Amino acid sequence: MYSFEIERPATVEEAVKALRIEEAMPLAGGQTLIPTLKQRLAMPSVLVSLSGISAIRGICTDDAGRLCIGAGTTHAEIRDGASGFAGLSEMAANVGDPAVRNRGTIGGSLANNDPSACYPAAVLGSGATVMTDRREIAADDFFQGMFDTALEENEIITEVRFPVPSKSGYSKFEQPASRFALVGAFVAKFTDGVRVAITGASESGVFRWREAEEALAANFDAASIKNLSVPAEGMIGDLHGTPEYRAHLVAVMTRRAVRDAK
Amino acid sequence: MPKDSPSDHGGIGASPKRREDVRFLSGSGNYTDDINLRGQAYVHFLRSDMAHGRINGLDLSEAEEMPGVLRIFTGEDFKTAGSIPCGWQVTDRFGQPMQEPRHPILAETHVRHVGDPIAAIVAETLNQARDAAEAIIPDIEELPAVVDMQAALEDGAPKVHEDLTSNLCFDWGFVEDNKQAVDDAIRNATHVTTVNLINNRLVPNAMEPRVAIGDYNRGTGDYTLYTTSQNPHVIRLLMGAFVLNIPEHKLRVVAPDVGGGFGSKIYHYAEEAFCTFAAKALNRPVKWTCTRSEAFLSDAQGRDHVTKIELALDKDNNFTAVRTSTLANMGAYLSTFAPSIPTWLHGTLMAGNYKTPLVYVNVRAVFTNTIPVDAYRGAGRPEATYQLERVIDQAARELGVDPIALRRQNFVTEFPYQTPVAVEYDSGDFNRLIDKLEAQADLDGFDARRKKSESNGKLRGLGINCFIEACGIAPSNLVGQLGARAGLYESATVRVNATGGITVMTGSHSHGQGHETAFPQVVADMIGIDANMIEIVHGDTANTPMGMGTYGSRSIAVGGSAMVRATEKIIAKAKKIAGHMMEASDEDIELKDGKFTVAGTDKSLAWGDVTLAAYVPHNYPLDEVEPGLEETAFYDPNNFTYPAGAYACEVEVDPETGKVTIEKFTTADDFGNVVNPMIVDGQVHGGVAQGIGQAMLENCIYDADGQLLSASYMDYCMPRADDLPFIVVDHTNGTPCTHNPLGVKGCGEAGAIGSPPTVVNAVIDALQSGGHKVEHIDMPVTPVRVWAAMQDA
Repeated sequence: MYSFEIERPATVEEAVKALRIEEAMPLAGGQTLIPTLKQRLAMPSVLVSLSGISAIRGICTDDAGRLCIGAGTTHAEIRDGASGFAGLSEMAANVGDPAVRNRGTIGGSLANNDPSACYPAAVLGSGATVMTDRREIAADDFFQGMFDTALEENEIITEVRFPVPSKSGYSKFEQPASRFALVGAFVAKFTDGVRVAITGASESGVFRWREAEEALAANFDAASIKNLSVPAEGMIGDLHGTPEYRAHLVAVMTRRAVRDAK
Repeated sequence: MPKDSPSDHGGIGASPKRREDVRFLSGSGNYTDDINLRGQAYVHFLRSDMAHGRINGLDLSEAEEMPGVLRIFTGEDFKTAGSIPCGWQVTDRFGQPMQEPRHPILAETHVRHVGDPIAAIVAETLNQARDAAEAIIPDIEELPAVVDMQAALEDGAPKVHEDLTSNLCFDWGFVEDNKQAVDDAIRNATHVTTVNLINNRLVPNAMEPRVAIGDYNRGTGDYTLYTTSQNPHVIRLLMGAFVLNIPEHKLRVVAPDVGGGFGSKIYHYAEEAFCTFAAKALNRPVKWTCTRSEAFLSDAQGRDHVTKIELALDKDNNFTAVRTSTLANMGAYLSTFAPSIPTWLHGTLMAGNYKTPLVYVNVRAVFTNTIPVDAYRGAGRPEATYQLERVIDQAARELGVDPIALRRQNFVTEFPYQTPVAVEYDSGDFNRLIDKLEAQADLDGFDARRKKSESNGKLRGLGINCFIEACGIAPSNLVGQLGARAGLYESATVRVNATGGITVMTGSHSHGQGHETAFPQVVADMIGIDANMIEIVHGDTANTPMGMGTYGSRSIAVGGSAMVRATEKIIAKAKKIAGHMMEASDEDIELKDGKFTVAGTDKSLAWGDVTLAAYVPHNYPLDEVEPGLEETAFYDPNNFTYPAGAYACEVEVDPETGKVTIEKFTTADDFGNVVNPMIVDGQVHGGVAQGIGQAMLENCIYDADGQLLSASYMDYCMPRADDLPFIVVDHTNGTPCTHNPLGVKGCGEAGAIGSPPTVVNAVIDALQSGGHKVEHIDMPVTPVRVWAAMQDA
């Protein structure tokens, strides 16, 4: 780890201001950034810790019935606090290990947009809205490929607003070593349609499987997608899975997410 | 009060909790990294990021000016130092010695694997050393790397060492005189089963990464090396005599609490020699603490064999011959015991538990631009067991016979048994082990369990494996003939203190094995005193007799035997003292439950009365017996010990994803006599966990350029608790070893040797039950591999 200064702002405004310092980086739960620093793969001058900003932590429901989760809310808190949204709660319950769940945050995970992370599937798969210090971004616009998002320089996620589906589920096939998603499928059934988002699989990061969405909108049953598949082209190939295997798992995991949706 | 049974005083057969765990679990252990010497400096090694390259130069000018930098060392500084030595010389099929390249402390002209140390930066702080390392500008010309063993042996392949004739370290045949007879037997067999397989390379991953601290006393000229070692005396000998030219009496090696080794801490590593050397050069202690990432690049790795095995059977399904051909990866340099692993620790086990009359083993050891490979838990014996038990399983399938029946039919049943591969098994009862296994694993209930799995959409498979291993390493005269450059005895000094407590100094080293608990049980049993009166000292060459350390499941068999011999001397002397005190002949003195009695009388003396007399010799036979009560023994075994086992594994395969889960794992082991059953249970649990890791999860992978792809826990999959089933352990059917005084065989490696083929056999059985004609999947049987195999068959 290289030496750095640390700032602990109490408000979003202070944090944004602190991030204007050259080579400053925001620090959320640190579950990706701290290992990166330890490997000397990042050299920030200042780390701006967001964990002291109470305004971006916690879960509530807004007038539109959306579940509003502060960006600094941990996975463990979401597991316990999103009980009305089964798919999200279950997803949060299976991120990483207890240490990760007690430190890692939804905002940190989304800003990082790891192609194998679980949260992008939940956010895209439920059509949530990402709120930042300066604007709101629809999930469909937020994720822009592996480790790439619509966030601007020094823009901080403050909250994520989830419409609550009538049924939802998340099915993850774990990469054996990291236990990130080798393939994760998030499905959400709303009165006006179904959304399916896949993480871990594609070289372009999280994506919506529109063909499955249409079939499931007609009949929300695993059987209705049993003949659907995605092409292997564009899927990730690595030590843990070929593109063909990942494409196969996309269908299997989506069916299981539908089957187990609550 | 005298105690009646061994367990009352914690003797052999009792299971007292591990006394060392009190300090380990309360954070009061003393690991090498806990040691900080006054004025110590820190070293960081700049390591090669390419697998093969020619060093044209290193520009140190900027780095040397960095804050806190004391000195930057390069290969130039070690021109006069010896090569990191190899402790075993293998002679090839043609009577020629293996090719043995120089292994410098720091790279001299070339880098030969990713992680090869190029320069060592010593600074006031570790961060300063790391900062300076980034300011070094290396001029290294990348050369083509060889990674694949077959490619490395082709004509015109880039050479790992340009001064060697090729990348072939040796071509070994065993037993070479049997070659023709084996070829004939296979040609004339009724049936021949062939399996081609890979024994996957593993990264050892002891919980505690390696650490070394060198210290030099200018006033006395004494060196001290603190290091994470399984065998401090071996390090002292290798480093002192062969690398740095320091005589043993001026060099002390301390291996304090060590957090696991699994073989990876046997070897003498460059970092140890560096810290010792640099301590004198800088007149300051120099400390190196390996990071986990660095351990992936600098700890000797394990396994990595590519094998073809053929099993010949006659018309009655008797095994008539086994022939194997193996490529064994040495990596870029020869680690301390590397050449012995695919040869003498592998070829000698190729008869397995079976009376196959003819065996021929060919091993070609190959240099590649990868991290050196050496012993890892089991070392050669897992490789032997895996191929043999895979080919037997496949033969049973091809012949349509029950795999257990085929094994039973071919078991060795009479002991001692001279195998066709040099070793002589002293004892065993393989049928009894498999009887126990069948009952304990409820094999009769398997079909019902399979039906239940199938009703849940899963395929269920049963895998069986029988194995034997050669442990208690080893008779020195024998291993000397086989190329060992060291003896393999063990030592113990038993020091009885004046008031009766005992300190045992042993050459064995405990780094997870529980010696501090189990060794006292042996002495307690012999004297009949409470085990808590006995303390074990190990790990410091300054206060332990020369010993060869702990590996190869040897500690209780060899080190324990040395302790028995020394204790026998103690008892003999104590009886003389007691005889004098009670005015009786020492032949009439009996020692039981810590009390000396004169046979046929009511005269008696307590243990403490006699020990006190030894040190306060007022009423004492000074003309016949020296004062004091301290004895040393060196024990050199007559033979290896031969632990054996029968394991069963049941798996479920999810046919949609290829994911395998282990539902049931059952062991029946023969460890001979058992000193502490609880510790033995734990050794089996750990070994099985590691074996399951190899079979299902762990894989050390390089790309074609020699870059390590599985270089962290994000990609290298260690077994975790939820990957493992409840492991049913049994070792109640031991047949005592016939040639050591305790009748023990050793238990440290059995689990890691016995479990991989058990798992793979079970997976293949599951797939076959689902109609997939899959005959083999290489380890680790990951979901993607199982799924792909199902698509193809």
